[in-house]
Amino acid sequence: MSKSYTPGLKVLKHTKVYKERLLPLKGEVHSKINDEVDSETIVASTEIPGNVQMINMVNKLNIDPNQILDCMTVNLNEKVSMNQIIAENKGLFGLFKTEVKSPIDGRIINISDVTGQVVIAEKPLPVQVDAYIPGAVSKVYQEEGVVITSEGTFIQGIIGIGGEKKGLIKLLVNNPKDSADISQLDDSHKDTILVCGKHLDYSFYERAKEIGVKGIICGGIDYNTLSKILGYSMGVAITGTENTTTLIITEGFGSIDIASNTFNLLKENINKNVSVNGATQIRAGVLRPEIFIKSENKKTSDKFHEKNLIISEGSIVRVIREPYFGKIGKITKLPFELQKMKSETMVRVAEVKFDDNSKEIIPRANLEVILSNE
Amino acid sequence: MNFNKNIKVILATDCGSTTTKAILIELIDDEYRLTHRGEAPTTVEAPFEDVTRGVINSITELEELSSRKILKDENMIYPSKDRSGIDVYISTSSAGGGLQMMVSGVVKNMTGESAQRAALGAGAIVMDILASNDKRLYHEKVKRIRDLRPDMVLLSGGVDGGTITHVVELAEIIKTANPKPRLGTDYKLPVIYAGNSKAQFNIEETLKDSVDLILAPNIRPTLEKENLKPSRDKIHDLFMEHVMAQAPGYDKLMKWVDHPIMPTPGAVGEIIKKISEVEKISVVGVDIGGATTDVFSVFNGEFNRTVSANLGMSYSICNVLAESGVENVSRWVPFNIDSSQLTNSIANKMIRPTTIPQSLNDLKIEQALAREALRLSFIQHKEFAVSLKGVQQSRTISDTFDQKISGNTIVDMKKLDLIVGSGGVLSHAPRRSQAMRMLIDSFLPEGITEIAVDSIFMMPQLGVLSTFHERAALEVFNKDCLIRLGTCIAPCNVFKKNKLLFNYEIDINGEIVSGNLSSGELKLISAPIGKHKCKIIVDKKIDIGFGTGKDFEGFINGGEVGFILDGRGREIFFENDYNNRINQILNWSKETNEYYED
Repeated sequence: MSKSYTPGLKVLKHTKVYKERLLPLKGEVHSKINDEVDSETIVASTEIPGNVQMINMVNKLNIDPNQILDCMTVNLNEKVSMNQIIAENKGLFGLFKTEVKSPIDGRIINISDVTGQVVIAEKPLPVQVDAYIPGAVSKVYQEEGVVITSEGTFIQGIIGIGGEKKGLIKLLVNNPKDSADISQLDDSHKDTILVCGKHLDYSFYERAKEIGVKGIICGGIDYNTLSKILGYSMGVAITGTENTTTLIITEGFGSIDIASNTFNLLKENINKNVSVNGATQIRAGVLRPEIFIKSENKKTSDKFHEKNLIISEGSIVRVIREPYFGKIGKITKLPFELQKMKSETMVRVAEVKFDDNSKEIIPRANLEVILSNE
Repeated sequence: MNFNKNIKVILATDCGSTTTKAILIELIDDEYRLTHRGEAPTTVEAPFEDVTRGVINSITELEELSSRKILKDENMIYPSKDRSGIDVYISTSSAGGGLQMMVSGVVKNMTGESAQRAALGAGAIVMDILASNDKRLYHEKVKRIRDLRPDMVLLSGGVDGGTITHVVELAEIIKTANPKPRLGTDYKLPVIYAGNSKAQFNIEETLKDSVDLILAPNIRPTLEKENLKPSRDKIHDLFMEHVMAQAPGYDKLMKWVDHPIMPTPGAVGEIIKKISEVEKISVVGVDIGGATTDVFSVFNGEFNRTVSANLGMSYSICNVLAESGVENVSRWVPFNIDSSQLTNSIANKMIRPTTIPQSLNDLKIEQALAREALRLSFIQHKEFAVSLKGVQQSRTISDTFDQKISGNTIVDMKKLDLIVGSGGVLSHAPRRSQAMRMLIDSFLPEGITEIAVDSIFMMPQLGVLSTFHERAALEVFNKDCLIRLGTCIAPCNVFKKNKLLFNYEIDINGEIVSGNLSSGELKLISAPIGKHKCKIIVDKKIDIGFGTGKDFEGFINGGEVGFILDGRGREIFFENDYNNRINQILNWSKETNEYYED
């Protein structure tokens, strides 16, 4: 039987999730193996180098670069305070000396006798990494971070913006085909993660942000609305650093119903604590936005296997491009031969049977496996 | 090479950012021919994180299609025998974002540009040029390096015996930034120093403890001379040893291949150079990919390559939209569609980059986008492919061309003989006339220019093959890869409406086709592959590449599409009225048999 690999987003219930929580540079790890942590627990911290300032000593002291070491009053790697004298020339007969003071609190990180420049680094900036999801520490990378293991519901979106957020999940719609209305928003939604249905408009997002909503999950959004939220036209989907209400789009651009299994899983978890991350990178190192809700029980279903990405006859798939975008069906045939589409493109195809019993021929490249373990 | 005599079956893969393509070349009746092609999604990313999965999958498809057993327990079967095994396996790669470099020079448009040319020629994406005169403050440069996290840095600056302090200052900036490589945490950042030879000692003193420093001869030993090859070779070696070795699964792939893996753009560059060399013509080549578009040109023996890092047909398709603007994209769309629908459709391709157009309208939108990606990339190429600035020209590859004012573009559209297109949207266009139209509409050839496409997007594999088996590479290139589409004849100027531009008379295998072309018109004349006698009598104010009012009599090449006579002007004139514009482009489509009537 013919088979084919397709991309697929995970929509998993009772699954085991592993989260690496790593520092950007080496530092200190605060947790040890088997420690139970909640999402806010600080598991590691470090300091990243501060900004640097350069002083051109040759100009300031009117010397040659090779004289610089004779003029320095502090050493390489020495800490200095703002206005502390760090260099002076010999002056005329010991008089009329020119002094150079440090413009900042910091540390001397370079003295060059070739360029005649001194570089001072500002105080390092502290960086802390929290656990992000509640769970247990299953692995420690010395000086680098930890792995948190947890069990629960894990859902990937297709694109998002904004970084990691945590809050209680609330549903503003009862049906994945509906869209929430701005009038439904009130101050009680502060610090929550809202599920808003098939489509999000700009005014709704702005109002939610104003109230202090931590995150929004919805089926679709217009590209122009997303550009307005970002303040620029998104060229390449690399997001996650935006300082705004996190947004997770589950299906794509336009007005698209949230897939029913995704919606049902979110509905089952109303009022539970959820961790979301809008960070997306659709390029080298693909990263999709994600939603995680910890389960009360420890029951887990099968782990993700590579074989889950293979479509074969009987696989449940979703069409991910027009003209059948969003429809879910079952593969009934995987013909070997290339077939001509309406666009006249010759492609490998699949025959898909939809819920209304209609059958259509779809390019295999336009199908996405639904990775569900229900 | 005697070794080559025993090669009967060649397997070649190209691991692209979106798909991994495998081709099978076989020796049939003493001639190397492409026999089969397979493809599968690239698997550098999670959950696989192993490029060899995609390679195996593409080879498995090849096995199914060719009935040749190539793999046994996921190992290649050597040597070839009847319907099993291969003799050589080679590969190119641009997966994982390709090779991302920063370059530096003392003066941005002199040593900085030479460094950029060296890096681009080696197949890298240049993330930024750091220069002493780029007006950024010290701390801004440090922050920039830290943020970009390049795979490699090419540090140049100063002619031999020239400035030392400025070059050392650049080295100090790199040392202060102490960037962490993008891939892998335990290896030091490779820095190639190819600047003033007199500064080598100081550079070593500055950088030896913090980076993996490699010394190369100066890329600009004098102002009048560029010496790019040694740096390009070092970049390529380091790409293999450091960057590739860190990418997921490449340690395995490097052991599988019989010749070193080349960066895809480097391999395409090799084949473009080879066409120019063998046919003694000026060539512009373009490879439009999912994330980037590479443009190559060879004029008077001088090779240039640019990479437009964020102009592509999937991952960066929205950037084409953002840079070009909705209006410029929609001017090529021959049906009514509102801006929101159009932008949503394009953005959905960005988030699901491996999908393909099923409906005709979807195809038309993608091809509209492709025209803009190609147009913008070619503008960038023309701005970059310039003569050495500030001096009379003398490059290493050739010194046989005329001296011109320095800093001018060397891309001369009237002297351009051949445009070669490659990449999915061109190679897989359902009709060859679509590929020819996309190339003409975006590159705007002037005068008489032949157009060709890579049949199934295999130039990268042939590029690497040409480095050790030129015969096989050229035989497959000429018989199976290069599809000659035909010739475009386009007057160079802007004209008034309905002006007669020229009369033509073409002998197509004994049948005389004659007529005239007026401004605004686009005509297709079918003419099979081969040379056809052609006479063009131009209006006294018209230039078809030989000077104003100069006629043409000679031979022009036919092809799968034929001759396209383009009287739309340079730039192309579009109707301002919405409905008139749609009718205008529908008419051009009809005349050139671009789409079926739906």
